[in-house]
Amino acid sequence: MANGLFSFSDVHVEVEGKEVVRGASLTVNPGEIHAIMGPNGSGKSSLSHGLMGHPAYEITSGTVTLNGADLTEMEADERSRTGLFLAFQYPLAIPGVTVANFLRAALQAHRGPDADMSDFRSLVKGEMDALGIKHDFATRYVNDGFSGGEKKRLEILQMAVLGPRMAILDETDSGLDIDALKTVAEGINRFSGQDNGVLLVTHYQRLLNYVQPDFVHVMMDGRLVKSGGKELAVKLEEQGYEWIEAEVAEMAGAN
Amino acid sequence: MSDAVTKQKEDLSRLNEDYATKYGFHDPVDYFDQGAKGLSHEVVEMISQKKKEPRWMADRRHEALDIFYEKPTPKWGNVDLLEEINYENIYYYLKPTGQSESWDDVPEYIKQTFDKLGIPQAEREFLGGVSAQYESEVVYHSMRKDLEEKGVVFLDMDSGLRERPDIVEKYFGTVIPSNDNKFAALNTSVWSGGSFIYVPPGVDVEIPLQAYFRINAENMGQFERTLIIADKGSRVHYIEGCTAPVYSTNSLHSAVVELIALDDAYIRYTTIQNWARNIYNLVTKRATAHRGATVEWVDGNIGSRLTMKYPCIQLVGEGAKGEILSVAFAGVDQHQDAGAKVIHAAPRTSSRITSKSISKDNGRASYRGLVKIHKNAEASKVSVECDALLIGTDARSDTYPTMEIDNDQVAIEHEARVSKVAEEQLFYLTSRGLNEDEARLLIVNGFMEPFTKELPMEYAVELNRLIELEMEGSIG
Repeated sequence: MANGLFSFSDVHVEVEGKEVVRGASLTVNPGEIHAIMGPNGSGKSSLSHGLMGHPAYEITSGTVTLNGADLTEMEADERSRTGLFLAFQYPLAIPGVTVANFLRAALQAHRGPDADMSDFRSLVKGEMDALGIKHDFATRYVNDGFSGGEKKRLEILQMAVLGPRMAILDETDSGLDIDALKTVAEGINRFSGQDNGVLLVTHYQRLLNYVQPDFVHVMMDGRLVKSGGKELAVKLEEQGYEWIEAEVAEMAGAN
Repeated sequence: MSDAVTKQKEDLSRLNEDYATKYGFHDPVDYFDQGAKGLSHEVVEMISQKKKEPRWMADRRHEALDIFYEKPTPKWGNVDLLEEINYENIYYYLKPTGQSESWDDVPEYIKQTFDKLGIPQAEREFLGGVSAQYESEVVYHSMRKDLEEKGVVFLDMDSGLRERPDIVEKYFGTVIPSNDNKFAALNTSVWSGGSFIYVPPGVDVEIPLQAYFRINAENMGQFERTLIIADKGSRVHYIEGCTAPVYSTNSLHSAVVELIALDDAYIRYTTIQNWARNIYNLVTKRATAHRGATVEWVDGNIGSRLTMKYPCIQLVGEGAKGEILSVAFAGVDQHQDAGAKVIHAAPRTSSRITSKSISKDNGRASYRGLVKIHKNAEASKVSVECDALLIGTDARSDTYPTMEIDNDQVAIEHEARVSKVAEEQLFYLTSRGLNEDEARLLIVNGFMEPFTKELPMEYAVELNRLIELEMEGSIG
């Protein structure tokens, strides 16, 4: 039964008729940071896309809820306005659209077409300052010619401005140098609070040195196969994923 | 002058003499007030007489009509649509009282667009062709006084011919002769209205000159003729058109625009045209840039059934520069055949062409371009960038670039891209809370940004709103 802030239950995701997530369940309570780790191809990104409502990543069964609302049948934009956020592994360039216009359009969509936006500039400036982003960033075209670090900072800036209840961060640490990684981690820590939830989806444990997860889950072959605390991430970093594969195989044998 | 031409001119002037007895039109004003369709030397003569033009202009018109008769219809652009034009079913001179009989005749979709754009009623009636009068006299007057002090002439073309026949005779038809193409010939024979601008040497016209401030039936006719001369070292920016759709019961619009930038002068010519869906918009625009001069065409095309328009710049003096920046939006059943031409005919000349097109539904946008580098144009530079965006699976885009290079000491860049609104881009934006229509519109506005940012603010805002209307209900 769905409860907590954000939960998904027995979610299956298909891409082009192929099942890539084969029954995944998780509950995130307010104030919690969860991490899903797993080897390449385990279905982590597909799960993220499916949860956010990418049209090509169809949830064929299972349910997704956020703060009591059933997201399962919603389009991506409705899920966003309900309070779900996905930080992309590969953010898309939107040539000709400035960061400021993009943020304004997104925030307006969240607040409603007639909502007051007079605080917009100060809000964005404040968040930029907090993330160490120069103000002229706002006049650049969204992700157009951005470095890897700039793209990820923009994702965090969007998250900060939109203020979702639940943020999923898909491989946010990939392609970052250590300074960018620290900035991004600070942004996540600043965002994380008593009322919202964070789900980090990552291949490496690197980001978890800077963002302390309350729970770590391991994804393999389209399923969440093991859960634990922070120490699980450390063990994965030291020993790799083989031991879990062996464990899973053993369990499958026992069944 | 050859004997044949002299003979022809004599015939034509006789035609003028016995006009009344031969054709029985005692009152040319009545004739036109009643309205008459079709094209003939008689009609051409009537137009010229009614305007009380000098004889040389009447002769030009008659010569041009013969050229029009002789010239074949272009075999490119959209031959099928061009063949549909029935020249006998067109009014060649507008009644000054307007084009439509009443507001009720204006199509509903046009009225709705006026509503959505928030156009004031007086202006709507003008744009709908119901009223001949929409003039922001206050604005125009204060501007005119300032211009007069500097010696700048800014008139409609008919007044220009009356008040400054010396300048008009010197430059009229020098950039686009009647025999350039069939539609230039047609325009020369029946032209009416358009703008005439002369900027004296060294004068910088700091504010853009806008036809919008003095629009009237003459100015917005189907066969307007515009002539702009920027004398040595002067600067001027002319803006024409507005984003509201212009409706006319006549379906052929064929303008000629000639720009002359003398040594070290600067001309920018900005147009946004949004024609009703029944219009054939066949326009010849050409500029000559002399030594050290700069000419910029900023050209936006929305609406119409078929647009064929290729702004041209002839770089004839050393160091001259040309830039052509255009956007075309082709919606349902529309064909935008637009492009650019640059002729490098002097050393160290440079040009840049940026062409953007958007095709939606079954709309079709074509880029047709010519870059010609003459043998003497050493150390010249050319950059061409064509960018097409397709919306929907039936949309179509074609590119027909032609390069004729007779000098190898030149630098040429050419880039052409066709893109679709990508599903991943849409997902990125919808995941931020924008619905699909909003997301698509944002992408389209971004695509047009290099064009929009060159427009004065109010035009940019209007253009974005218009694109929003065009995008409504579009399919993936």
